Amino acid sequence: MRRDNDIAVVGGGLLGMAIAYGLAREGKRVTVLDEGDVALRASRGNFALVWVQSKGLGMPPYTGWTIRSSEGWAQLVTELKEQTGLDVCFERRGGFMLCLSEREMETRAAVVRQIHSQEGVAKYDVALMGHGEIEKMLPGIGPEVVGGSYCPLDGHVNALRLFRAFHMANHRLGVGYRPGHRVEDIKYEAGGFRIQTPRGEVAAGKVVLAAGTANMRLAPMVGLSAPMQTDCRGQIVVTERVQPFLSYPVATVRQTDEGTVMIGDSYEDSADDMGMNLAINAVMIDRAQRMFPVLADVNVVRSWSCLRVMTRDGFPIYDQSETCPGAFVACCHSGVTLAAVHAYALAPMIARGALDTQQVGVFSAQRFHVQKAA
Amino acid sequence: MFKRLPEAEGAAVAVTIDGEPFNAREGDSVAAALLAAGRTYCRETPISGAKRAPYCMMGVCFDCLVTVDGVGNRQGCLVRVQDGMCIETQHSKRALGELGS
Repeated sequence: MRRDNDIAVVGGGLLGMAIAYGLAREGKRVTVLDEGDVALRASRGNFALVWVQSKGLGMPPYTGWTIRSSEGWAQLVTELKEQTGLDVCFERRGGFMLCLSEREMETRAAVVRQIHSQEGVAKYDVALMGHGEIEKMLPGIGPEVVGGSYCPLDGHVNALRLFRAFHMANHRLGVGYRPGHRVEDIKYEAGGFRIQTPRGEVAAGKVVLAAGTANMRLAPMVGLSAPMQTDCRGQIVVTERVQPFLSYPVATVRQTDEGTVMIGDSYEDSADDMGMNLAINAVMIDRAQRMFPVLADVNVVRSWSCLRVMTRDGFPIYDQSETCPGAFVACCHSGVTLAAVHAYALAPMIARGALDTQQVGVFSAQRFHVQKAA
Repeated sequence: MFKRLPEAEGAAVAVTIDGEPFNAREGDSVAAALLAAGRTYCRETPISGAKRAPYCMMGVCFDCLVTVDGVGNRQGCLVRVQDGMCIETQHSKRALGELGS
């Protein structure tokens, strides 16, 4: 079988492009098979935080994996700038989660305590602050802000420019990009993979499934599984451009490098990424205004909904096939935050042909198979 | 650049454009008044600073954004002139009261 590619990556979103970038850095010949503009494409709809605090409750190693990515971001930004000339406007000055009642504050404090008391969890700074302390860093918070938590590792980025930078950098590194190649079937044959798409067959020595929710359909073709939630919708509201007033991102409100304010972080059970629940927007906007009363006069210019890529337990899945060696699957919700670790840690393992169980064994989908896990 | 039609009627409405007095006509939109006053642009874009003038005149293009009575990013084509109205060219991003630097 003639193979033009060492590795085919299925999915051209942030996750697939970050892995493809890491593989290309390792000198591999890579082709990305992408569905096209009709794809659900969480990379176009996300909130663009590079976020550490609150990650890992219930799975301590996820905290360490997230911190590792956060630490790798500076290098990623520098490399992408060198490759593409694009500044993805990454900032890591720390970030806040704000509470609008004593009860929310108690819940927040409990979560911070629980994350840090888990055995084997990576230690990092997160401070619980009252109104006065927060006001010194975030002037203009409303009187209803009781307090919150601040983590110096948190940051944000221009995610659309990041997406473009990955595409440009991969193009420069010789990664093939094929839109309109929705993968219909994958056959494991003679130590390689034959991948069927409406635009013909693609052959590759290895295959990486990074197709978001579609991994659920694709994984069984190569002896893997990817249990996903398919109805986890989020909405984002965007305002007109205004002068900078927000020095730090808040988990639900951030101001972009170009001045727009993004309001986000809703969770809703819906599989419809074309619809919009205005009642949810109203709650998000109301909370944002109570956090920053100055927003009351700011005009909203657009809003959208997008389906989250969410595994059944919310933590990433990285796995390799036992029956079809050379097949890998990657699913995660935080494609922005984890971009650095996908490029610099996960991709080199895939390039070498085996996941390092010391580093990522805990993220295997085996955890969903009760009998095997028991 | 633009001239009013000979049959155009309406009482004068006194406004200021960047501090200069101008007599608009009753029924003018802010964007129409700016064009009647001979203004070739009404704002500079927030990122690149490119100049922009009213274009679609029907609320769609958002190119005629101006500051009206101290409130930025108003669509000039959708606001009727009123006596004493203060219309200002918008530079860069909209300021937010005391918080906007």
